[in-house]
Amino acid sequence: MLGLGPHASFIIGAYGAAFVTLGALVIAIVLDDRKQRRLLADLERRGITRRSSAKRRPAAAPTVTRTAP
Amino acid sequence: MTFSLNNLANPSRFLSFAGTVIPWLAALTVILLVIGLYQAFFVAPVDYQQGETVRIMYIHVPAAWVGMGCYALIAIAALGTLIWRHPLADVAAKTAAPIGAAFTLVILVTGSLWGKPMWGTYWVWDARLTSLLVLFLLYLGLIALWQSIDDPGRAGRAAAILALVGAINLPIIKFSVDWWNTLHQPASVFRTDGPTIDPSLLTPLFVMGGAFLALFVLLHLIAMRAEILRRRVRVLQQTQVAQAALS
Repeated sequence: MLGLGPHASFIIGAYGAAFVTLGALVIAIVLDDRKQRRLLADLERRGITRRSSAKRRPAAAPTVTRTAP
Repeated sequence: MTFSLNNLANPSRFLSFAGTVIPWLAALTVILLVIGLYQAFFVAPVDYQQGETVRIMYIHVPAAWVGMGCYALIAIAALGTLIWRHPLADVAAKTAAPIGAAFTLVILVTGSLWGKPMWGTYWVWDARLTSLLVLFLLYLGLIALWQSIDDPGRAGRAAAILALVGAINLPIIKFSVDWWNTLHQPASVFRTDGPTIDPSLLTPLFVMGGAFLALFVLLHLIAMRAEILRRRVRVLQQTQVAQAALS
């Protein structure tokens, strides 16, 4: 067992705070990425696609006239 | 295939690049974190002055490198938005701000938890700590600005100006310990005459620095991908509404 001395609570607290903060950040970013991919896939499944995508897939319709990044 | 940053200016190419790189970066981050934490707790010796409390340094200092480096990236991206009108500069800056805020929060919290047993106080208004708090507030200000303006183009330009003004804080943070008499110790790693830390403590610090850097790049790539997709979704939803109104 690793002994952390008389200031163990400060060391554990620091690592715990970093773990919680960065862990929450990871979860928030990954969930947002999944949500946007799901929304885009849902729109494309309903035939709403970008003009550039429509050129690659001529059968898809309707298409949009603006492009986003 | 030749690789260049110009290729990544195309959002579709960027998405393809991110999709390839993200799994490898995730693996690298986990490996570096495992090695770094093992070295920090089981290999690195106890400091002769700080005792076991020195182990807080292995998250505090790498978080500081990433927290400040992230703001430098936002400032460069702000130039990309205002001068070169790079299509991904605004996306890069917007998605970096919450990540930088989280790492800066880690700096402040771990620093306070180190300060109490070492200095006898959680907080003191010295130049280093105060300028780091200003960095955290700048991140929050940038996030609030992006949230308050609906049009991404306008929000990006406004945030770019604020980011460039706030960049003056970076040299203040770095040199605050030299310019003013601070409770915070002076630089001990990146110095013109070399690090003053023993290699047995420096090696785990650099491994953890690599782990935090890999984590930052990983999260930034995922967040940029999500932001690009969000803008595409927004345009498609607007189109859908327009089509419904016409029919």
